[in-house]
Amino acid sequence: MRVMAQLAMVMNLDKCIGCHTCSVTCKQTWTNRGGVEYAWFNNVETKPGQGYPRRYEDQDEWKGGWALKRGRLKPAAGGRLKKLLNIFANPDLPELDDYYQPWTYDYRNLTEAPLGDDVPTARPVSAVTGAPTEVRYGPNWEDSLGGGPEHAAGDPVVRKLGREVKFSYEQSFMFYLPRICEHCLNPSCVASCPSGAMYKRSEDGIVLVDQDQCRGWRMCVSGCPYKKVYFNHKTGKAEKCTFCYPRLEVGEPTVCAETCVGRLRYIGVMLYDADRVTAAASTPDEQGLYEAQLGVFLDPHDPEVAAAAERAGIPHDWITAARRSPVYELIMRHRVALPLHPEYRTMPMVWYVPPLSPVVDALSGTGFDGEDAGNLFGAIDTLRIPLDYLAGLFTAGDQEPVRLALRRLAAMRSHMRSINLGEPHDPRGPSRVGMTAESIESMYRLLAVAKYADRYVIPTSGIGRAHDLEGIATTCSLDTYGGPGMLDGRTELFTWRDDERPSGLFPTLPGKG
Amino acid sequence: MCAAFPGIADIGSAGDRASDLPLAAGRFLTSAEVSTDLRTAYHRGGREGDAFYRDRWSHDKVVPSTHGVNCTGSCRWKVYVKDGIITWETQDVDYPSTGPDRPEYEPRGCPRGASFSWYSYSPLRVRYPYARGVLVEMYREARRAHDDAVGAWASIVDDPMKRRAYHRARGRGGLVRVTWDEAVEMVAAAHVHTLRRHGPDRIAGFSPIPAMSMVSHAVGSRFMALIGAPMLSFYDWYADLPPASPQVFGDQTDVPESADWWDAAYLVLWGSNVPVTRTPDAHFMAEARYRGQKVVVCSPDYSDATKFADEWLAPHPGTDAAVAIAMAHVVLRECFVDDQVPFFTDYVTRFTDLPFLVSLDERDGTLVPGKFLTAADLGDTSPDGPWKPVLLDKTTDEPFAPNGTLGFRWTAEPGRWNLDLEGRAPRLTLYTGQSETAEVLLPRFDNPEGRGDAVTRGVPVRRIAGRAVTTVFDLLLAQRGVSRPGLPGTWATGFDDPDSPGTPAWAQRLTGVDAGRITRIAREFADTAVRSKGRCMIIMGAGTNHWFHSDLVYRAFLTLLLLTGCQGRNGGGWAHYVGQEKVRPLTGWATLAGGLDWQRPPRQMIGTGYWYTHTDQWRYDRLTTDALTWPGSAGALAGDSVADCLADSARLGWMPSYPTFDRNPLDLADEAERAGRDPVAHVLDQVRSGELGFACEDPDAEANWPRVLTVWRANLLGSSAKGNEYFLRHLLGADGNPRAEETPPEQRPRHVRWRDAAPEGKLDLLLALDFRMTSTTLFADVTLPAATWYEKHDLSSTDMHPFVHSFNAAVDPPWQARTDFDAFHAIARKLSELAETHLGTRRDVVATALQHDTPGEIAQPGGVVRDWRDGDCEPVPGRTFPVLTVVERDHTAIAAKLSTLGPLVDKLGVTTKGWTAEVAPEVAWLGESNGVARTGPAAGRPLLDTDRKAADAVLALSGTTNGRIADEGFRWLEERVGKPLRPLVEHHRAHRVTFADTRSRPAPVVTSPEWSGDESGGRRYAPFTINVERLKPWHTLTGRQHFYLDHDWVAEIGEQLPVYRPPLDLHRLFGEPRIGPNGPEVTVRYLTPHSKWSIHSEYQDNPIMQTLSRGGPAFWISPADAAAIGVSDNDWIEAVNRNGVVVARAIVSHKMPTGTVYLYHAQERTVNVPRSETTGKRGGIHNSLTRLQIKPTHLIGGYGQLSFALNYYGPTGNQRDEVTVLRRRSQEVDY
Repeated sequence: MRVMAQLAMVMNLDKCIGCHTCSVTCKQTWTNRGGVEYAWFNNVETKPGQGYPRRYEDQDEWKGGWALKRGRLKPAAGGRLKKLLNIFANPDLPELDDYYQPWTYDYRNLTEAPLGDDVPTARPVSAVTGAPTEVRYGPNWEDSLGGGPEHAAGDPVVRKLGREVKFSYEQSFMFYLPRICEHCLNPSCVASCPSGAMYKRSEDGIVLVDQDQCRGWRMCVSGCPYKKVYFNHKTGKAEKCTFCYPRLEVGEPTVCAETCVGRLRYIGVMLYDADRVTAAASTPDEQGLYEAQLGVFLDPHDPEVAAAAERAGIPHDWITAARRSPVYELIMRHRVALPLHPEYRTMPMVWYVPPLSPVVDALSGTGFDGEDAGNLFGAIDTLRIPLDYLAGLFTAGDQEPVRLALRRLAAMRSHMRSINLGEPHDPRGPSRVGMTAESIESMYRLLAVAKYADRYVIPTSGIGRAHDLEGIATTCSLDTYGGPGMLDGRTELFTWRDDERPSGLFPTLPGKG
Repeated sequence: MCAAFPGIADIGSAGDRASDLPLAAGRFLTSAEVSTDLRTAYHRGGREGDAFYRDRWSHDKVVPSTHGVNCTGSCRWKVYVKDGIITWETQDVDYPSTGPDRPEYEPRGCPRGASFSWYSYSPLRVRYPYARGVLVEMYREARRAHDDAVGAWASIVDDPMKRRAYHRARGRGGLVRVTWDEAVEMVAAAHVHTLRRHGPDRIAGFSPIPAMSMVSHAVGSRFMALIGAPMLSFYDWYADLPPASPQVFGDQTDVPESADWWDAAYLVLWGSNVPVTRTPDAHFMAEARYRGQKVVVCSPDYSDATKFADEWLAPHPGTDAAVAIAMAHVVLRECFVDDQVPFFTDYVTRFTDLPFLVSLDERDGTLVPGKFLTAADLGDTSPDGPWKPVLLDKTTDEPFAPNGTLGFRWTAEPGRWNLDLEGRAPRLTLYTGQSETAEVLLPRFDNPEGRGDAVTRGVPVRRIAGRAVTTVFDLLLAQRGVSRPGLPGTWATGFDDPDSPGTPAWAQRLTGVDAGRITRIAREFADTAVRSKGRCMIIMGAGTNHWFHSDLVYRAFLTLLLLTGCQGRNGGGWAHYVGQEKVRPLTGWATLAGGLDWQRPPRQMIGTGYWYTHTDQWRYDRLTTDALTWPGSAGALAGDSVADCLADSARLGWMPSYPTFDRNPLDLADEAERAGRDPVAHVLDQVRSGELGFACEDPDAEANWPRVLTVWRANLLGSSAKGNEYFLRHLLGADGNPRAEETPPEQRPRHVRWRDAAPEGKLDLLLALDFRMTSTTLFADVTLPAATWYEKHDLSSTDMHPFVHSFNAAVDPPWQARTDFDAFHAIARKLSELAETHLGTRRDVVATALQHDTPGEIAQPGGVVRDWRDGDCEPVPGRTFPVLTVVERDHTAIAAKLSTLGPLVDKLGVTTKGWTAEVAPEVAWLGESNGVARTGPAAGRPLLDTDRKAADAVLALSGTTNGRIADEGFRWLEERVGKPLRPLVEHHRAHRVTFADTRSRPAPVVTSPEWSGDESGGRRYAPFTINVERLKPWHTLTGRQHFYLDHDWVAEIGEQLPVYRPPLDLHRLFGEPRIGPNGPEVTVRYLTPHSKWSIHSEYQDNPIMQTLSRGGPAFWISPADAAAIGVSDNDWIEAVNRNGVVVARAIVSHKMPTGTVYLYHAQERTVNVPRSETTGKRGGIHNSLTRLQIKPTHLIGGYGQLSFALNYYGPTGNQRDEVTVLRRRSQEVDY
């Protein structure tokens, strides 16, 4: 047993309101700069839909993740030899059009237009070249079923279902899927990097690109099946979600998590046995990968695990945190959180509670009431979001784990309704989903009341590194490349072009502006 | 830097050893420890590359602030600053706890707010004062010819050629930088010239939603009040005011905080897309489901909220009331008639007007619903008699006047204005089975055209005081078609009767919603209400509130809530959230904003009436009241146009009207003085003789135009201006493209003068203060650069949470930006200086409306219209005529008064909603804390010369933030009510919030008579709990919640009880095509719901929001409608109707119903709007397709809860009933 600790995230999709606040705070904090205009470390997709970049889930096309060949894991795009041969022409690399062509507007025209014959407007211009452009696609083009029938039909998960899904008004369904880097236990991006610039931190499992070492081969971009590594076209280096390590190290949640107004994100420690990862990721049956990954996780309450963890140098606070981990509760104890596309065999570490949805009209018209405890479980199979679709996302098509998770959510609602109304509850309710009243109430507290301190249980990094871990600068970091001030003298944070400088910004300081 | 870190894992580099070596032979391989499965290599060191993101993250300071936009969020944000530059923002999480067993408010925010810092240094930031070059050249030339700024300004605006020249240039670019001094001089000169030449009521200020930055609002509003200029209302103008709220509750809007959604056991989201429009609060709904709350969503599209629904009901747009009416039909049938649920009957008997007696009037041989029977009808000859509606005592069978009606509110003998029935039990119904009955004519409008029709149904009656009377409850049952044995008339045969108004099957026919589901949901709703003791809630929003007949839609919802005893409960009742209207520290803000510490009253105007008149939309409006009346109408309004109704309303003192008279009100005072007369008597004489006219009766006369308009904290022309093209053409004289024909002579107003040539260009000056370029700044003559929300100090509050917190300056305003506070002070100083020679001290005759929560609300008994002009009565100010007050204004002291707290509060205290508190301790404290003016006209008065001092004054003078004021108010109320109220604030008397407190953390407010909810002991705010639990009356005629409205005008249009009316039929009224395809075009309902990517127009220009949406304006359109005109996703289309043209792209989505399109509200021309094929000009904004339609009943005043107060009651600027033609256009666009 080689015990390692990983900071992992669970997102409760049942609570996601699709507001994209996470995307924006992340963008503003990390990537509102040249070279990564198009990059969203955190994005939110409407499902069904093709996602960002388009159809990234179609690994037949993009060849991300791992493939199992003769019982051994190989990068789906081929081994390193093949990659070496293709190093200057990576055939699996998405183009900017697959993400979108970033744009801004000629805002200056509003202020500076000379007297003319019409009201000034700011027309779109390319954020890369500054030339006039047309907006043809964006990172969230399908928001709330925008472009529905045309785009959603191209959803790779829909196509895999092997049945017709109607995109019609009467049968509408949707939910939102926020995505960040999965910080996988078995990251194919790291394996794909020819420069050794990608690594997974041993103390917390965060997967990073070393900006000094990256040579810009972009094998990580194609190697990641989630397409969560981006190429900075200005620096020529790969960049990706850092799990906000400068915040986590001092015990603060990631920006996307803390700013999530749906309060649906949880961060906590998972202990796992590193020695079991390869075997688990090599599970032959794709539908066994979910269970296999559960088997890699270790029970932090188990004294033997704790002892092994201590022997492995994991600090006491981390072991304590693992015992209080909300992520462990949702993944292991309540089994309501599921991995995203386990069939990619990367052992992702951002998991999801699947969403409930309205019952279909045909059913509700008959007087069937999903709230009624007697109908509760029948209702799960009649929700608008098809079970097989969710299973295609979370369990490689196995509907049972999804059904169990949804039933547990429904049982919780039923059980708590009795308490809410001060009426006796049916003791058989919890047991029918393999839970007890106590465990349901505990899950309720975590999912519904969801206090800050319960959502985020984040041990700090070791002591003695205060300066290294600073959240507050002691040096002038505006000048740092990629700092908000931008080394090239631009003060505007997102859309100024290189040839512009806002004069007079500091009118009181002589010699500037 | 980071070499001390333990290690990194390099996955896969060892697992594939043979092929790896050539590539992996780098810095790591030599030190690698390889895992046993050969999968992973562990390395030490190698962390230097981490520094990149560490540096990116590091920052110098974090400052709390918030966003001043009309979104109800009032979210606390952390603003990050690095080297003096604002870099980004994330939400703060420091809200006081809601308690251990419920979710917290943290974090509050949304993607729009998260993108705000972009504006700070964006290329559309207004960095310097700008003015139109044409005007600046004229002004500089004039200034060379005139020593004096006022003379220079006059020489331009008095010259028709010059005037036309700069008017025509509005909105067409050509802005030039000017200095602050020059800009302020022009602005001050324009004000002084207008005051002198035309009068203060020809100036106006528009700045909405004080709660979103109280001090910035108050400073400008105070400036306007001090010079006598009207402030225009916004809440009704935005159509965010639900007129049903004053009609039913006698309150503007009072709603639960969002944490109280958690308490609801049954939640209906009705026309409210909570995740999009209440983003920070939506989680309470999502979370409450986990404690068993059932969620039903009513929305025509599969909205973002629908994802959370257990059930989705999709009524056809605008038909929602029919669903609610049918639900109430089910509840009435099953819980009031076939069976009686004591929880319900007890509630409606004590807290609603249902048991009150109503007389039935004879009209053309049939009976129609009439007036409330009052004590006056029973022989009470006191002045209060007509204001005491009566009940029938169950025991004695005698009518009696219960406590708590309006007749007990303003009486000389206080103590009985309460809801205590003192042991008497009133009859809810007169029905006994053997009772006398009568057939009553009741209105129905359920035909596609919405024409008035009638149905005859019987009610039980008694003969009292020579009249046939029944109860409101009996009328309601009749209206809803709920039969009882023995009653005559035509009745529903059952829930499945599709023809009888009120039944579920009838509703299905109108709305498309399955009757079985309506029935079942009604039963669930009622059942849950009983089991949870009133914890059923309806969150209602703009989807149902922006219709012409929204008051009826809302009254239908409220009917359901009141019948089930859900109002005035935690977790129950209405939850209307449209507009951030709740200024929690209300009294302090109102005192400062109205300049009430120096002089009273301020001029306050109904926004919708103002714009309707002065943008000449009335000239295009063919709607007459005949389109609204029904067979039971008395005919009092027959043939009247809306402009006629507006004139009636002004003349009778119902609604304010500015400019009021066709002469300068300063000159009127001078005339009186010269004649040695009292100015009020002089005005009355002149009006009687016809020598003095009302401006609204001849609005196009030059003397009656508005001349100067200042817009701040708002984007009038890019956001709220319904009838945008009419604004541009007539108010501004710019290039507007209204396509409608003027009303033909036979349909024109009868009492308003029609001038053949419609004016183009009324305003002399449009002044805008903003930090970004908007449609308003593009058309403004002068634009002043404003500080952003991260660059000033101010206060914020909302109805969604019970805290007051602050804006703080993370950095000082960059470039030449200034806070609104500083800008208005600069203007005031210059104006005071110019006034030395031009104005001095003058007297001003101020006309104001009969006001709610003052004795003005008992001016016109019975809601009977008596017009002095028709000889029905004498014009008596304050009774049958507007209130006239003479105010002395020292124009040289405006700046001194603006910056100090005046002495009037020492004498009169502060007043809100009818109660008064004396404030001597607060005035003393402010003097000590803020310092006092040393010299000048305000010497000795506490200073309000900085934004922070003003904020402290707002907090000190309000009950929510100063427990002593709350206690004083409750003490005052206790005398009126005669019931203990002070215990509500017992533990909070010493509670005191200062501005410093709001900076350190959102500060909780305490229970205060400013509002109606009990918040003591950490209880969540829910409205009207004080009324239900402490028996304090609602501010209505009966003191109870009203189902029934008996004003003459309400009876004219058949809306005494909530009734179903379809959306306006624009085909019949204005000749628009019928809905559906027609050759290469398709006609669709045109709805403008609130945007996911902007808050009104704010953020719609932000590249981050544009990137996450479609990059510009876009129509959401169904696949069938798209196919009808050959449009694919993202194609350009044009929308054309009688009002204007919009060019936008298409978002084709199956979430949309066929026959309806959405264009998000507030899509401006400023970003990505090409020229139109139809006009050759720039495509329009969302409001280019709309035009104002005023509902006459919103103009009623002087009668109980139907009385004016600013943003309380007034005509709404609704825009939902619109239709448009869509066509595919050339895909080659040019800008």
